[in-house]
Amino acid sequence: MSGWETVIGLEIHAQLATRSKIFSGSATRYGAEPNSQASLVDLGYPGVLPVLNAEAVRMAVKLGLALNARVASHSVFARKNYFYPDLPKGYQISQYELPIVAAGSLEIVLEDGGTKRIGVTRAHLEEDAGKSLHEGLPGVTGIDLNRAGTPLVEIVSEPELRSAKEAVAYMKKMHTLVRYLEICDGNMQEGSFRCDANVSVRRTGTQKFGTRAEIKNLNSFRFVERAINFEVQRQIELLESGGQVVQETRLYDPDKGETRSMRSKEEANDYRYFPDPDLLPVELSPQFIEAVRATLPELPDQKAARLSAQYGLSAYDAGVLSASRELAAYYEEVVREAGGEPKLAANWVMGELAAALNKENLDITSGRLPAAQLAGLLKRVADQTVSGKLAKEVFEVMWADGASADAVIEAKGLRQITDSGAIERVIEEVLAKNPGQLADYRAGKDKLFGFFVGQVMKATGGKANPGQLNELLKKKLGGG
Amino acid sequence: MSELHRNSVTAVAAGLRARRFSSVELVRECLARIDRYQGALNAFISVTREQALREAEEADQALAAGTAGPLTGVPLAHKDIFCTRGVRTSCGSRMLDNFVAPYDATVVRKLRAAGAIMVGKTNMDEFAMGSSNETSYYGPVRNPWNTALVPGGSSGGSAAAVAARLVPAATATDTGGSIRQPAALCGITGMKPTYGRVSRYGMIAFASSLDQGGVLAESAADAALLLREMAGFDAADSTSVDRPVPDYVAALEQPLAGVKVGLLKEFFDKGLEPENEQRIREALRIYERLGARLTEVSLPYLPLSVPVYYVVAPAECSSNLARYDGVRFGHRCENPRDLQDLYRRSRGEGFGAEVKRRIMTGTYVLSAGYYDAYYLKAQRVRQLINADFIRAFQGVDVLIGPTTPTPAFELGAKTADPITMYLNDIYTIGANLAGLPAISVPCGFVRDLPVGLQVVGPHFSEARVLQVAHAFQRETDWHRRMPQGYA
Repeated sequence: MSGWETVIGLEIHAQLATRSKIFSGSATRYGAEPNSQASLVDLGYPGVLPVLNAEAVRMAVKLGLALNARVASHSVFARKNYFYPDLPKGYQISQYELPIVAAGSLEIVLEDGGTKRIGVTRAHLEEDAGKSLHEGLPGVTGIDLNRAGTPLVEIVSEPELRSAKEAVAYMKKMHTLVRYLEICDGNMQEGSFRCDANVSVRRTGTQKFGTRAEIKNLNSFRFVERAINFEVQRQIELLESGGQVVQETRLYDPDKGETRSMRSKEEANDYRYFPDPDLLPVELSPQFIEAVRATLPELPDQKAARLSAQYGLSAYDAGVLSASRELAAYYEEVVREAGGEPKLAANWVMGELAAALNKENLDITSGRLPAAQLAGLLKRVADQTVSGKLAKEVFEVMWADGASADAVIEAKGLRQITDSGAIERVIEEVLAKNPGQLADYRAGKDKLFGFFVGQVMKATGGKANPGQLNELLKKKLGGG
Repeated sequence: MSELHRNSVTAVAAGLRARRFSSVELVRECLARIDRYQGALNAFISVTREQALREAEEADQALAAGTAGPLTGVPLAHKDIFCTRGVRTSCGSRMLDNFVAPYDATVVRKLRAAGAIMVGKTNMDEFAMGSSNETSYYGPVRNPWNTALVPGGSSGGSAAAVAARLVPAATATDTGGSIRQPAALCGITGMKPTYGRVSRYGMIAFASSLDQGGVLAESAADAALLLREMAGFDAADSTSVDRPVPDYVAALEQPLAGVKVGLLKEFFDKGLEPENEQRIREALRIYERLGARLTEVSLPYLPLSVPVYYVVAPAECSSNLARYDGVRFGHRCENPRDLQDLYRRSRGEGFGAEVKRRIMTGTYVLSAGYYDAYYLKAQRVRQLINADFIRAFQGVDVLIGPTTPTPAFELGAKTADPITMYLNDIYTIGANLAGLPAISVPCGFVRDLPVGLQVVGPHFSEARVLQVAHAFQRETDWHRRMPQGYA
């Protein structure tokens, strides 16, 4: 929108992949029978006390290190007080003034291929609330506290995102990172990875931030983009028509594609944060932090740089292939099995394979087509047993019945014809059958070259080696 | 009725071991005395008769089989703030009148493991908020020395029960003096350990950074015996401290000669009743005779204890009591119209006036715009008070002073003015703010009413505090005195 600048900050909630809850021993498995994973601690019973899950701390430290952030040697849990039926204690244990992670950053790739570093203000540990259930319960509200006490890390960005696209790129990158670190399963449908977006607009060139609205609970990349675009449009229209944006919390309605007011600033809770006296401050020694650092895997940016350098891939390809550890591992296995051909492997993994997986709504972790099998096909492309075009046909058969490339090529007789004599014979037959076109060609109708190629391919069932065919055909047409 | 009730815990445990009497006999006597005096004292909220008798039979079998623990067969009462599996745990509130705890507090579990038998749950100020036991939903407890008077609070039921020898000892909790003040007013011994020494798991929270479980008994020796079983690290309480529990009983008989006793100047203020002060001075002469070296010590920030406490404790309670919302347990109003109505009426009906007052005070001091001025400032002063104590303990081993400014007062005398009620804890709150171990022991009478002497020690100096108290009790028999009509 010309004349306006969008300012976005994201608060991402990533559910930590611990086996038990952050302050109790209950399991965190998704989809269990309501309230079957809620202990007395999760239910907020009189007299119970929280005990911090050390694994959740370790995971938050991992994230902090991966974001090049300051990992606090001293952080404090605080109580965020408000009443809600799915909040058993009447307060959420979170971190407020002293979070475990502060001042990090994450680099995103922009649409024009450039990069931008987005500041991460802080990341803190907290417990999730339960869920209110309405479906199938006429006249009453059910409470499921299975999720209550599930560990979350809330990652707060600086207001440095300037478009919905940037916001999505940032969120995707964070999604990639938490899965690399194996601290979150990233399952957005189950709510394991979701965000709130703080959105405001200001006149281009001004410094002061506009009044922001907070859009709650966005659990897909598409919703993030749509909700922000809608909200930006709404705010600009409001301001251009002389209105004012009010500070409020809004909800995105994916069915209508719009945001609507949930509560205003005046209705907002005063959370009365104060340090939780039931929990000691979290004190981390430099030795502990370094021990966690030693467990960090190769991170997405490092992996992309290495793939690019090691295999001569473009920055774009390297970026796509390092979108997940599993994808990159698959790619590297294909290259290894094929004995080289990194560029060909990249094209196939990002092209045919990605499309086929996508069609079946699968991802690389499905193991649908083992890397060695794909490599088997690439070897035949590389040694010219099959042409690139026929290889796609081979791939389809392999995908459908799981056969090896060689078996498909043999069974279907798709082996490429590279015998010059054989190709020459077919060319001669084609020329003999089409004297008129031959005369026209010789009279200067160069375009008919393609016609002859087509005819030869047709006659060989597409198996003639295209390079050899071109060369031999040129020779025949030129001399006779 | 037999004379069994005149025995201390130490004597009861020894008598059971020697098979001079059975646990069933003991428990029967306790139950009979509870029945007889409940009407006059109202010390109990629940009596667990059948369970106690059953456990007493098992205890007698264990004693006969020689598999007894240190407290096997000893009857006890638990303050109704400790969760007890399968037994109503009301915390003195209508809010939890229907609450049957599904688990045992760690203290309850440990005492049971040592062989002790629970005979009932004692009355208390609602959610431990009070200094007179008049805020209980179950009605006030009365002081056995004079039933027109209060027993102190919030552990008034435990104190009255022990003073009237309905049970030889009872558990209690102390957030601002709730063990020591009723001990003083009822003429018994009350020990509050260091914060973190006894697990808070299963002890219904009032103010988490101040609450500490302890014991009310006849003597320091009894307190030592019980505390040895109650104390210790608990992985379920992150604020409990992982360090070994000394043998408090073995430490009792250490000689007192050379022990440096500090007289807390700030405790001998104009609020202290002159006769009460006299009893303390008399006690100090005994300490001098035993070889203790007395010096006066000043803690300049200590007089700020009460205002600091009445910011910190309500702040924490306002949050701790948010879970009582009528949704999952406890009192729920009839036919709620909607969620807000459910919250408002359930809480409005379930909580009494003093609890509401503190929730509102606490909510206020944590609110945006007031947090810094009240909560944060109070926490800073708390640090200064703590530093005062630590400095004082560089020069002395223990601090000694009165437990309360006056002996017990009449029911209703202070209920109209919360501030005068709050000032009753002026000498006890400091130890809570600093997390220090402290004991109150009977040191004589004022107008025929018992008064208490308080001994405060550095963190984790329970053994020393008990030793100092025990030395006094070897020289005096104030703790052996029983109120008329209950002897």
